[in-house]
This record gives sequence, C-alpha cells and structure tokens, in this order.
Amino acid sequence: MIETMTPTLTKMAVVPEMVVTPEETTRKLAFICSKGTLDMAYPALVMGWAALGNGIDVTIFFTFWGLDMINKARIDHLEIAPVANTSMKMTMMGVDTGNLGIPQIAGVLPGMTAFATKLMKDKMEKLQVPTVREYLQMLVDAGAKLYACKMSVDMMGLQKEDFVEGVQDIVTAADFMDMTDGAQIIFI
Amino acid sequence: MASRTIAGKQVQMNDEGFMTDPNEWNKEIAVEIAREEGIADLTLTHWKVIDFCRQDGLSSGKAPTLRRITTQAGISTKEMFTLFPKGPAKKVAKISGLGKPEGCV
Repeated sequence: MIETMTPTLTKMAVVPEMVVTPEETTRKLAFICSKGTLDMAYPALVMGWAALGNGIDVTIFFTFWGLDMINKARIDHLEIAPVANTSMKMTMMGVDTGNLGIPQIAGVLPGMTAFATKLMKDKMEKLQVPTVREYLQMLVDAGAKLYACKMSVDMMGLQKEDFVEGVQDIVTAADFMDMTDGAQIIFI
Repeated sequence: MASRTIAGKQVQMNDEGFMTDPNEWNKEIAVEIAREEGIADLTLTHWKVIDFCRQDGLSSGKAPTLRRITTQAGISTKEMFTLFPKGPAKKVAKISGLGKPEGCV
C-alpha cells in the first residue's frame, strides 16, 4: 500500500505550487488624543514615533482638550497640575519622604501648577526628550497624518489657521471612521 | 543565532536579521542587505548615513536611534524616511551591520 502511494506523493511534490502573493499590507495605527495636559500629550507622540520607525502608518485625531496639542497658542504651554494627581509625590520635588503626596492644599496655591510643569519639563530635557512642538514636527516629517475634530474645533471657536503646520484637515467623527478603516485605534 | 553567506562572506546574524558582529561587515555586504531591504542603489547620501552609523555604532557599542542620526549626522527626518523608507533607523542599522537600535526617541 505504502509502495503504491509513494510515487503519487513524489509526483505531487514536483507540481509547481500556486503561490498567491497577497498585496503587501501595512499595519495602521490611529491615535485619538483627547487630553491637553503635558503628561497626556506624550503617549501618542512616543508611540507614534516608535510606530513610524517600524514602518507603521500613523494617523492622529485631536479632539476636545487634545486640540491644545496642535493649537499654535497652546502647544508650548501644556501643563501638569499637582491637584487631584495621586501619583505626584513630594519625592519628585527632591524631598525624601517616600510615598507622601503633595498636600492638595499646597497644590491649589498660585504657581504650583507652573512649578510642577517646570519640574517635569526639566526632567525631560535632561533625558533629551523633545518638546511637544518638536516631537509633533518629527512625526509629521516622518509621515504621520494629523486631523482636528470638527465638533471640538467649532465648540472652541478655532479655525485651521490656529493649528500648527502638518494638521491636514478638520474632520467629522464619520470621516475619522472612514480614514481609519482597518487601523488599530488607541484612545488617550 | 544563525550564520549566512552575504556577498560571498560568512556572517553571524540573529533571528531578526541583524548582524551580531559589526567587525564582519564590509561595503559589499551593505549593498547586498540594502537590496534585500528594497534599496536598489546606495547613493552618496545613503553612505553618509551608513558611515555615521558605523562610526557611532562602533564607538558607543549600540546602533544610533533615528533621533540621534537626525540630530548628529545633519540629515533631516524627512530625508531619512525618503532614503530608508518604512523604519529608517532599523533599516540603516541592518545595512550597517549593527544591532537593533534601542530607545524611545
């Protein structure tokens, strides 16, 4: 039985395979940036940059407070507030107090938000992390497509001229759905 | 880890296709890997980047990140993506016989 099968199998093996080469598909990532604080601006920038560096298509959609990240007047002034931020500890200010948080009452004092922001910016500068404006420009240069959410833009009374270079258009949520067909979506 | 023959020379390579010993590299190997990566001809500008990466990689012991290349070698991000499309730092590291670049920026 085996002897009769073997020649058949050998014959099958020499028949050229019908190789169907699928068109090369590029992985696509889409970020939705909805926050305007300094700490929440970075995740999409860092991951978007890593994605572009791996040959992945990147689209970023800015909505609500996320518009601050592309607003010319706001991009250099994103801040981080110690109030209601349970992760912000005294140790970050150089006081060796373990898990002791920055007292909320201190957080509301004038200048505390500016102080916390400066601390974070200084730390990032030391690590040679680019500023939000520079990072965004790097992403645009690397081919990322940026869009602003129409409803938020209307709500905040902004126009396309208010945004940094590289923002391609102001689009609706439905447009976003169309342009991110097949993409992995990350909401921040 | 496997060894492969590229441009007539036996070299050590890891699973991701990065050479593991930068000293085994030569220019013919670079041309061959570039071709495999979809870059048919290496221009003078390509070589400028490769030369920088070789120098930087050998002195620091690790492949430069894209940010490092753009800030130190005087090549813009846009240019890098044109020269080495789809993942420039990784591509140039492969072509330069270095490991995979590490770092978030």
